[in-house]
Amino acid sequence: MLNVKKRSNKILFFYLPLTLMLTWTIFPIYWTINTALKSEGDIMKRPLEYFPSAPTIENFVMAWNNVGFATFFKNSLVVGISTVLVVIVLSILSGYALSRYQFKGKRSFLLMLLSTQFIPRAMLIIPLFIIFKNLGLISHPLSLIITYTAVEIPFTTILMSGFISNIPKELEEAAAVDGCTKLQAIRYVLLPLALPGIVATGVFTFIYTWNEFLLALMLTNEQTRFTLPVGLSFMMGEFNVNYGALAAGSVIALVPAVILFAYAQKHLVSGMGGAVKG
Amino acid sequence: MGDTAKKSKPFKYDKWIPYLFILPSTLIIVAFLFYPIGTVFYYSFQNYDISAPFYNSFAGFDNFIKIFTEDEQFFPSLWTSVKWVVSQVGLQLIFGLIFALLLNQTFKLRGLVRAIAFIPWAISGVLASVMWALLYNEHMGVFNDLLMKLGIIDEPKAFLASTSSAFISVVIAELWRGIPFFAITLLASLQSIPGELYEAAAGDGANKLRQFFHITLPHLKNTIVLTTLLRTVWEFNNVDLIFNLTGGGPAQSTTTLTMYIANLAVYGSDFGYGSALTVISFGLLFIFAVLYLKLSRFERE
Repeated sequence: MLNVKKRSNKILFFYLPLTLMLTWTIFPIYWTINTALKSEGDIMKRPLEYFPSAPTIENFVMAWNNVGFATFFKNSLVVGISTVLVVIVLSILSGYALSRYQFKGKRSFLLMLLSTQFIPRAMLIIPLFIIFKNLGLISHPLSLIITYTAVEIPFTTILMSGFISNIPKELEEAAAVDGCTKLQAIRYVLLPLALPGIVATGVFTFIYTWNEFLLALMLTNEQTRFTLPVGLSFMMGEFNVNYGALAAGSVIALVPAVILFAYAQKHLVSGMGGAVKG
Repeated sequence: MGDTAKKSKPFKYDKWIPYLFILPSTLIIVAFLFYPIGTVFYYSFQNYDISAPFYNSFAGFDNFIKIFTEDEQFFPSLWTSVKWVVSQVGLQLIFGLIFALLLNQTFKLRGLVRAIAFIPWAISGVLASVMWALLYNEHMGVFNDLLMKLGIIDEPKAFLASTSSAFISVVIAELWRGIPFFAITLLASLQSIPGELYEAAAGDGANKLRQFFHITLPHLKNTIVLTTLLRTVWEFNNVDLIFNLTGGGPAQSTTTLTMYIANLAVYGSDFGYGSALTVISFGLLFIFAVLYLKLSRFERE
């Protein structure tokens, strides 16, 4: 008897909510994929098809070739990879300084990094537009690369200094005794050991740039320079929305983010926990 | 410790190296975060219209006076912001906590289930907008189909185009994307609670509910205070879903203060006025953050 009650309790309070949670999470993604795989006629068909009866890739071909997703994808890739490279180099340098040195102004530097976390991002759209307009960089990928670097660098610096602090300083000192310069010691001794942390930092930076919308919308005027979120938004706002191509474009934008996320999500719980705790 | 300090002497820590290392990051933060914020304050006291640059001039408090006395959108949008933030942060916290408690149990395929449950965190606001626009759609949406099959509604509804349902529809869509943030941070915090605490409590005859209120919640308090604060700032400023699902409509029913500013910035040209609104929202958030940390007696670990 007791066992039966325990089991029904477990179903009611654990398996049922767990199933609801997974359904809630997965269904919107499933529905988008389902829509992307249907032909234009099948999308509107009644009764609604919960599973594509005649799956087709025509929407993907359409989105990639005719609607401009090949261009949006390339633009997002250029901005994302460039930002990641700049952010990694800069945050290794500043993270190293924070982790390995005591210097005058260190506290002010830290305070500056923390205070940026309270700057509302929406506050930046008007002044950054004016700045980049004056620099002649509106619709230029550089405007996004610079902006995203500025937004991400405070957090990644703190993250990186944490990763570097976990690596014993003695290893670099030994390398120095063997005749390495400072930069050589960092390059050949420290960086290989810090690699997992560097990769996680890079992945999170990339996902941010891949998904960011409002700043990209503000700083890009030409359709040939749109990143994926701006392109998708533009398509959604059109008078006659092609839902099949829109869904296919979404799947195209979704795949890289989810693959990278799947790879790095193990670091997420520990990284976020650490970051939130300060 | 003293020993290693002595040993590290031969490794020369040049005084200027740390400054050189933090220089690029500092320059880019100052030039592209702090300087722009500074200019927002400057522009808020200007007549600054980029479509009519010849008329740009000092405006004193004109922009601010206009906001409080003439602007018919300001107070309604502020009220919508309050509803938006309270419903988002409150519901995300509750469901995030439920998610975290579930994912903290031991079960088969836990790693995979966790990864799936966190996926919406990595999905952009625009992408989530597309997904939910498909679900809400009047002609091909799932919600209409299900509600009609269940006999709750007789004919398809345009959820995002009706003043009675647009706001709640956008709230639900944003919840989907927002819950994982709380689930992740709360799970990290749950994992740091020593298991012995629960064993001791169970030994004393405390049931699960008592354990939750006397061990789990007090332990999570600091994380909850900090995440809800960060999330309030974040949701206050977040317009991705509103912008793409409703554009602030219908009849301004989903126009938050930030959405109002975004519309002015993207479609308008009166940047002086937009800057003044931005300064006000910054001030409101700042006051809120200070009060919140004071009232919640947040303790630094």
